Amino acid sequence: MRFKPLRFIPESAGIHFMHAARYGFFGSSILIVATIIIYVAIGLNFGIDFRGGTLMEIRTQGPADLAALRDKLASLELGSGVELQEFGAPTDVLIRLPTQNDEKLQQASVQKVRQALGPGIDYRRTETVGPKVSGELARGGVIAVLVAIILVMIYLWFRFEWQFAVGAAASLVHDVALTIGLFVVLQLDFDLSIIAAILTIVGYSLNDTVVVYDRVRENLRRYKQMTLPDLIDLSLNETLPRTIMTSLSVLLALLALYFFGGEVIRGFTFTMIWGVIVGTYSSIYIAAPFLIFTGVSTGGQTDRTKAAATAEAARP
Amino acid sequence: MLFFSRTKTILTLACVALSFLLALPNVLPASVRSMLPLFNGPIVLGLDLQGGSHVLLEVDQATLKEQYAKQLIGDIRQALRAQKIPYSGLGRSGDNVSVRITDPSRVDAAMSELRKLVQPINTSLFGGGRATNQYDIRRDGDQIVFSFTPAGLDYKIGRAIEQSLDIVGKRINAIGTTEPIIQRQGVDRILVQVPGLQDPSRLKDLLGQTAKLQFRLLCDSQPTSATDRPPADCEALPDQKQPNQTFWVQTSSRATVDGEDLNDAQPAFDSRNNEPIVSFRFNQQGALKFGQLTRDNVGRPFAIVLDNKVVSAPRINEPILGGSGQISGRFSTQEATDLAIVLRSGALPARLSIVEERSVGPSLGSDSIRAGIVASIIGLVTVLLFMIVCYGLFGFFAVIALVVHLIMVLGIMSFFGITLTLPGIAGLVLDMGIAVDSNVLVYERIREEMKLGRSVIGAIETGFRMAFGTIFDSNVTTLIAAVVLFGLGSGPIRGFAVTLALGILTTIFTAFTLTRLIVGTWIRIARPKVVPL
Repeated sequence: MRFKPLRFIPESAGIHFMHAARYGFFGSSILIVATIIIYVAIGLNFGIDFRGGTLMEIRTQGPADLAALRDKLASLELGSGVELQEFGAPTDVLIRLPTQNDEKLQQASVQKVRQALGPGIDYRRTETVGPKVSGELARGGVIAVLVAIILVMIYLWFRFEWQFAVGAAASLVHDVALTIGLFVVLQLDFDLSIIAAILTIVGYSLNDTVVVYDRVRENLRRYKQMTLPDLIDLSLNETLPRTIMTSLSVLLALLALYFFGGEVIRGFTFTMIWGVIVGTYSSIYIAAPFLIFTGVSTGGQTDRTKAAATAEAARP
Repeated sequence: MLFFSRTKTILTLACVALSFLLALPNVLPASVRSMLPLFNGPIVLGLDLQGGSHVLLEVDQATLKEQYAKQLIGDIRQALRAQKIPYSGLGRSGDNVSVRITDPSRVDAAMSELRKLVQPINTSLFGGGRATNQYDIRRDGDQIVFSFTPAGLDYKIGRAIEQSLDIVGKRINAIGTTEPIIQRQGVDRILVQVPGLQDPSRLKDLLGQTAKLQFRLLCDSQPTSATDRPPADCEALPDQKQPNQTFWVQTSSRATVDGEDLNDAQPAFDSRNNEPIVSFRFNQQGALKFGQLTRDNVGRPFAIVLDNKVVSAPRINEPILGGSGQISGRFSTQEATDLAIVLRSGALPARLSIVEERSVGPSLGSDSIRAGIVASIIGLVTVLLFMIVCYGLFGFFAVIALVVHLIMVLGIMSFFGITLTLPGIAGLVLDMGIAVDSNVLVYERIREEMKLGRSVIGAIETGFRMAFGTIFDSNVTTLIAAVVLFGLGSGPIRGFAVTLALGILTTIFTAFTLTRLIVGTWIRIARPKVVPL
């Protein structure tokens, strides 16, 4: 094969990431605080998984007349919160019914809608979540994200030093917060699949962070005299080609899913795409500079890393 | 590092070949499959892809408690009457059943008599032969109070669930679906998954009724207007088809025959007017009771009551001694069929309410499969092109590893019968992006080592060695997230966690063995002077 492989990043970019780190840090902190404020002020648009209620996806023969459908459903008096929305195609409509606070009434409301809409409609999907289950799902979602972060911190603490675990956790909190912030701003449906997406973002962002940390650890052993900011800059520059390559290939796969994977998982893929971008950013501008704040020791290493370094050197 | 022993090479290739074999059924048509000696069939599609219903049912604890309280009240009454102990105020309040003993001198005797009702239950949970009581019994002045113990309640809920599982299974099998999944979930829930169901409302109708059938005598007087109050020993029950119309039926147990003694029930047609009916047959005990009731009340009307609603109220023309009869109630054919199903499978111990339902119609399912396949192919091709453009020959090696990795995931899922869902397909596509990461890590490291001036073999070898620690650490963290996701997840989300986790495991495998094997072989054959990176 005689053609020259394509390079996105010059051999040694020599970017001074840590010069900009304080601005990145500052900006991210503002965004996180802003997220908390709008979360409290506006709140998430919870989907039926967490709020309870019914979701129906229907397909009409010919383009759907949303206004007529809305009138038909309004006469049923199912309470406020009956929503209709076109879903991917002019014939497809997504109907949301509010929670009825009683499982029996909830089922009855689905029957009422079916009767009101009459024949000739393809019910592509019906999802009903009762009030009890929605509460459990919400609790489970929050617990899952917390458990994931804690387990990963423990793993990193064992494999690295506690400073690394703290830095990784900080970047995870950053990723999760900004993802939630995006959902508050755009008022997209926040349901169980988004929790799944967030957990995957947690996994992906960590993947990125660990690669950088791994290089930092290696360079800490190699360059004992270098200052920490320079050492981190060096490590980031060394891993930058890989970071770009992997992020691009994951993004390519996700874009294929976003455009061709169908309407049902679009929200999920959208979250993942956002997460890859945020996660890549946070590995560089949150996780790495956090090592400076928590003060990973450069010269006087702890006994454990020293032992590891000797073991490394002794290897043939 | 790069040169594999013969055994290792064979083992690696054997693993790859095996996964090809396991994944093979997915691309073969059924007719070819049946002719070949394969280990497994194609991958199982989730409900969101093949269409179907996922219904989570919960035992209604309130009705269950009410039922047990009723039973306990009956037992208390019987015990006190047998000992001729005077009492008053026997009734239920909340989780308690209490009775006042009106003769103070007999309270102790009553207490010791009623204590016999408190049967201990043996739950293996508490082990060591320590038994817990179903009820706590205590004395409060001249009152004796029973209350449910948590263990006793759990025990009863458990029993009700066991019974319900059986009955739910019978009902679902009766509508002839393929491979439904019916399993207990948690303490008081039943998960039902029925693939390929066009209309979930029939399923829900079948599961939503307790199907408690009773034959009860009507009272002598009947309401003339809706506001009339029924006389003593009578209660008002609504008509099944016209809820505004009510019947007064007798409450005494002597005027009632329960339908739990049914042997069989079948849909049929009335020979006179061709209307759909349900014909039923009692077992011996039921036939005896029913015969007695009809013999003693010839000429009087009785009500056929289903779940406290009157289906019909015919007149007893003659004693029915043969133990069989029929129910007519202006049914449609479908209604008669379904009524026969629920009667045949028996009454549920308590109402099951639907706390969660997710149904996907076949049209959306097939759309999702198509979208998933298209997205997977486009995702795969883009990532492949990207790798080849960026890494040339080594990119091509990465492509081989990626394809093998995908086939391994599919093979493992097919073999173990792991369900593929739409989020699962998303997980596969995401895997493609993540899988090339291990190659990227190795290749970038090789580039760095070359810059340091190492020889071809030296650079490649160091590149592989140094990258492995990173590959391992970074994948384990993603794996942790996937495992947590699996623990949290239900249905489709779980499918995503599974493909993600499997993808990570096979990535580690292909990175540590296959890619190295390919690169090593290439070096031996091509004897390169420079690394084309």
